[in-house]
Amino acid sequence: MSTTLQEKKRPEFKNIHVTQIVRYRLPAGSVTSILHRVSGALMFLALPFLLWLFDLSLISELSYVRLATVLSGWFVKLVLLGLCWALLHHLVTGIRHVLLDLHIGIEKEAAARSALWVHFISLPLTLAAGLKLFGVL
Amino acid sequence: MAANIGPKRLVVGAHYGLRDWLAQRITAVVMAVYVIAFAAYALFVLPAGYETWAGLFAPLWIKIATLVVIGALIYHVWVGMREIFMDYVKPTSVRLFAYVLTVLWLAACAVWSVQILWRV
Repeated sequence: MSTTLQEKKRPEFKNIHVTQIVRYRLPAGSVTSILHRVSGALMFLALPFLLWLFDLSLISELSYVRLATVLSGWFVKLVLLGLCWALLHHLVTGIRHVLLDLHIGIEKEAAARSALWVHFISLPLTLAAGLKLFGVL
Repeated sequence: MAANIGPKRLVVGAHYGLRDWLAQRITAVVMAVYVIAFAAYALFVLPAGYETWAGLFAPLWIKIATLVVIGALIYHVWVGMREIFMDYVKPTSVRLFAYVLTVLWLAACAVWSVQILWRV
């Protein structure tokens, strides 16, 4: 057992490290995939913040008014806009994943195209959410 | 089948991978249906104001439906975060610590959401 291990140095395959990713030119599918993780992790961290907002909206009429004050700050609006993007990106990418699992659009070109389409759908919706948040719409 | 089973080959497992994969998709579909239906209703149908908003969460069935979706969310987040930690956090002790923090974080969120929903 030990002799064979010494004789043959077997190749090792590891995940690419975060510091290596920036030097890679990632295909569209990889960018979409990593952003799926980033958006998911962001929403995970923001969960108590969102529950707090939900709580304020429901306790009483008074807390409902307080929620409006909280939401009027530009920083909170910016955070919410980021979370809107996270939700929309995660949702659209998730639908893409389920379609791929059903063997829909599984060919290389189709998958690369749908990876781009995720942004074409989620970014305008995020923009609409942003316009609504900042009171333009 | 039987030919594959022997002392040098493990052909049966606990199916954690398949279970997580399937659970991730089922919880995702449950959440997507709820979120899209809820967002459409709240944005385009429901009149603005506290009374209508709080009234929306008054019936028992909507409380239960919302809590079930939050349960799906928490399971979904657990599978996803576990996957992220498995890929990027290599030292076992640190990873275990991250798992414990995640479980506590999610358990706290679950308990809090019950309190929020049942106070209305």
